[in-house]
Amino acid sequence: MKALIKSFVETYGPAGSEEQIRSLIEAEISGHVDEVRTDALGNLIAVKKGDGSGLKVMLAAHMDEIGLIVTHIDDKGFLRFNSVGGVSPHVLLGQRVIFGNGVVGAVGAEKLDHIKDLRLDKMYIDIGADSKGEAEERVRVGHTCAIHRFMDDLGNRVVSKAMDDRIACAVLVEALRRVDGTPHDVYFVFTVQEEVGLRGARTAAYSIDPDLGIAIDVTRTGDTPESITMDVRLGGGAAIKVKDSSMITHPKVKGLLADTAEAGGIPYQFEVLEHGGTDAGAIHLSRQGVPSGTISIPCRYIHTPTEMVDMGDVKACVDLVVAVLSEPIDI
Amino acid sequence: MAIKALDILPKLSEAPGISGREEEVRNILREIVGDYVDELKGDTLGNLIAYKQGTASGDRIKVMIAAHMDEVGLMVSAIEKNGLLKFKKVGGIDDRVLVSKTVFVGPQRLPGVIGAKAIHLQKPAERKKVIEYKQLYIDLGFTSKEAAEKKVSLGDPVVFATEFANFGKGLVKGKAFDDRVGCALLAQVLQDSYPFDLYGVFTVQEEVGLRGAVVSAYAVEPDIGIALEGTTCADIPESKPHGHATTLGGGPAISLMDRTSIGNKRLIETLMRLAEKEGIPYQFRRTTAGGNDAGPIHMSKAGRPAVTLSVPCRYIHSPVSVIDTEDLANAGRLLKVFLDELGKGGVEL
Amino acid sequence: MDNREFLRSLVQEAGISGYEDRVADIVADELGRLAGDVRRDKLGNVIALKRGSGPEPRVKVMAAAHMDEIGLMVTKIEDRGFIRFTTVGGVDQRTLPGQEVVVHGEQPLVGIIGVKPPHLLSPEERQKAMKMEELFIDVGLNEEEARKVIRIGDLISVRRDLVELDGSFVAGKALDDRAGVTVLRQCLEDLSRLDHRADLYAVATVQEEVGLRGAIVSTYGISPDIGIAIDVCHGDMPGVSPEDTSEIGKGPALALGGNVHPKVRERLIAAAGELNINIQTEVAPGATGTDAWAMQVVRAGVPTAVVSIPQRYMHTSVETLSLADVKAAGRLLAYFIALIDEGIREELKWL
Repeated sequence: MKALIKSFVETYGPAGSEEQIRSLIEAEISGHVDEVRTDALGNLIAVKKGDGSGLKVMLAAHMDEIGLIVTHIDDKGFLRFNSVGGVSPHVLLGQRVIFGNGVVGAVGAEKLDHIKDLRLDKMYIDIGADSKGEAEERVRVGHTCAIHRFMDDLGNRVVSKAMDDRIACAVLVEALRRVDGTPHDVYFVFTVQEEVGLRGARTAAYSIDPDLGIAIDVTRTGDTPESITMDVRLGGGAAIKVKDSSMITHPKVKGLLADTAEAGGIPYQFEVLEHGGTDAGAIHLSRQGVPSGTISIPCRYIHTPTEMVDMGDVKACVDLVVAVLSEPIDI
Repeated sequence: MAIKALDILPKLSEAPGISGREEEVRNILREIVGDYVDELKGDTLGNLIAYKQGTASGDRIKVMIAAHMDEVGLMVSAIEKNGLLKFKKVGGIDDRVLVSKTVFVGPQRLPGVIGAKAIHLQKPAERKKVIEYKQLYIDLGFTSKEAAEKKVSLGDPVVFATEFANFGKGLVKGKAFDDRVGCALLAQVLQDSYPFDLYGVFTVQEEVGLRGAVVSAYAVEPDIGIALEGTTCADIPESKPHGHATTLGGGPAISLMDRTSIGNKRLIETLMRLAEKEGIPYQFRRTTAGGNDAGPIHMSKAGRPAVTLSVPCRYIHSPVSVIDTEDLANAGRLLKVFLDELGKGGVEL
Repeated sequence: MDNREFLRSLVQEAGISGYEDRVADIVADELGRLAGDVRRDKLGNVIALKRGSGPEPRVKVMAAAHMDEIGLMVTKIEDRGFIRFTTVGGVDQRTLPGQEVVVHGEQPLVGIIGVKPPHLLSPEERQKAMKMEELFIDVGLNEEEARKVIRIGDLISVRRDLVELDGSFVAGKALDDRAGVTVLRQCLEDLSRLDHRADLYAVATVQEEVGLRGAIVSTYGISPDIGIAIDVCHGDMPGVSPEDTSEIGKGPALALGGNVHPKVRERLIAAAGELNINIQTEVAPGATGTDAWAMQVVRAGVPTAVVSIPQRYMHTSVETLSLADVKAAGRLLAYFIALIDEGIREELKWL
């Protein structure tokens, strides 16, 4: 599974430019599902039909990563930019970025009186061009870039950019391959534009109209030095979300996930995230309402180039998804 | 005799229409477009939907073009004992543009002023602080609550008293160019016929949350959406070049991304290709701040491609804004060639 | 059961956003009894339907009052058994120090939001409001004992019964918006004595405090012709500008602004006039901060209005209002509904 994760996290795909990661995922799932389609916003929707006795279940993992969008190219060939999704200026300092066509750049900043004054509009990308004309041969205004970083394998843990949310895409792909004989019609949705407002999930949920929605996404942890107060840790198992800014998990869905984990001996922990949301936030408010929840992969250093997850937790999440889909569900 | 956007812009600009009270603008637009569309519909929020059936036989796609009728303004929130009015803001207005401006209040357009303490009566430290809107009053010249209540009601809309006029060289000034320029362009483009079904939607309450677009997109269920806007310019001395969202005279602006949508790449590329082919100047909207009707339109139900085309406006959301009439004309030209291309099936959806 | 008893029974229960079940049971029983028909939707909204006498398709009026309350949620159990928590909805953390709470674990546990004694505080410390991160709950157990009964995500509510003040005045927690639910009760009671052609969907919504979520989905399911939100608005008190408040005891306040359809508002005013009910005006230039903001933009749009009960000390555990205003609002709503006929659908379209 590490090879799968590596191929996913290292692929280019900022919100709104998910074509490359979508192709990769589509290639990985073909042959394992009954139907695949891409909708108007770019969501990849794969269906595994059940035996007709179950529910219509929508699972969502988002393909998009955070990135930057070029807004201006100056006379000397430097690129000015803004963020695509939540990007902190401090995290960008000293980073390299990569565009969809492979062009690499370095992030620089204007001189500052104090590091506290650092803002995105005081920064720029240097692609090594000396003039506007030279820069425009490689990159244009409107092009987006992602952080340029490869995955490192630390043994029981892996670290990379874009674990948010490619690790969940990997979880879904694994689960999709393992699910065999489910009573439910399962829609595995690899969504777009989650980072800019849960947009893909919103339109996909409307068109699918599911009975149950489960998002797979990363969540923060409270297990690092002087961390935020949060009782989620790497190695504590699949995190069952109780609440975040976008959703309060339906009590029945919370119960379903916890009971399934207990019954299957799958390690799990409960999670409350004070700031942050997932695709389930959009799914649960679709049409007349959809009971929904989120299975979270605990992740340190979210929205930095060094997002870190535990392989045991990842396995627990895959096991939990497969276990939930294998039995009848009473919601 | 074709109607051009610039011909109808003066009347549209001067008409009052704060979010939730767009009736006068709606009436003007009904008058103008009623003669050349197949059907005019209204919904319960106040959107004006102008429908033109397509000329092609068989299955036709639905194109929705939106321009919002509402402007930012003020609303009377209290009538004081001394006849002065307190107010609340409707939409996003910087408090600092309010003091010492002239306004019209209510459906009767009573002239008033937003008064401030005379400089002589202020301490030096006071002059450094922003006067918040809560500290301001509108003075209509009434000397008692009773006198004021005869002509003014709670909730009465208040707009800036700005006259539309030619300005500088090839420019015009007026209030509410955001988004009366969009309304003017839409009214202009509705005069022509197209192979596809066209829904020209003059939306309400964009400035307080894109609300008219949410419900009209749901009702229309278009295959493609285009939002027409008057957008921020900021090509002014206090801004660095990379902070100029758009440049006056640089042509219509294509939005790349804002807080409510990422522009559909194929539609953006099509607009660029057509502009270059027809020799129409264009630029990109180089900021990602703000949002517009394209947000709800592209996200409604199962989603669809959408794009935003804007006329650069200096000083939006303030008493007086400025546009370049060439930008307005070029926006109309670009929109027309784009719609023609759509009609020919030359745009991949 | 009368309004006072109904309200008391509601505020005694804990019904924090997302976990309104116990309150929902009481609401469903009473509103269902008065309306004749009641169901719960996928997110737990209670939808009571009182059918009108008109021919199908009848005009559908939806009146919504939210039954959820703000509260707290366990985020961590520390060594020595102290509980850390976060807020659910807009809780003013300054109301928390020294407050008794209930932690809803396997069983309900009494807890205290503890504070340093004044003797050990520096003058500077005492001048600053406490931050949420500094607060903790003491349930009197050590970590091991606490972990047996309490889990991450368990809810915490404030202990407060309904306080009977002078005359028609009452105080307590969650009057925002259980008072509104009581208005629905009064309305249904009145409607049993009035002839009304339109259907009334009296909806006790969930999760208003965390984003009007119950209103979004319940309105989609009902698809009403008119939507009225019944909520509370700020009551007069010293230090707050009169233009931001309404007077307690002087009748319900009707909102005015973009979130309110002028013709629906006119009809409410007309109904109030006929009943001799005094009404006040709340100027709302944008969002009204109520379920009506969500209801208005569901599907192809809904004409909405807001009827509010003036209330002091919102989002504290001593919210204060007058039951006379609650009754007046209920009567007003019922009469408004009774005056509706089929022609209203066209009347509410703009052209």
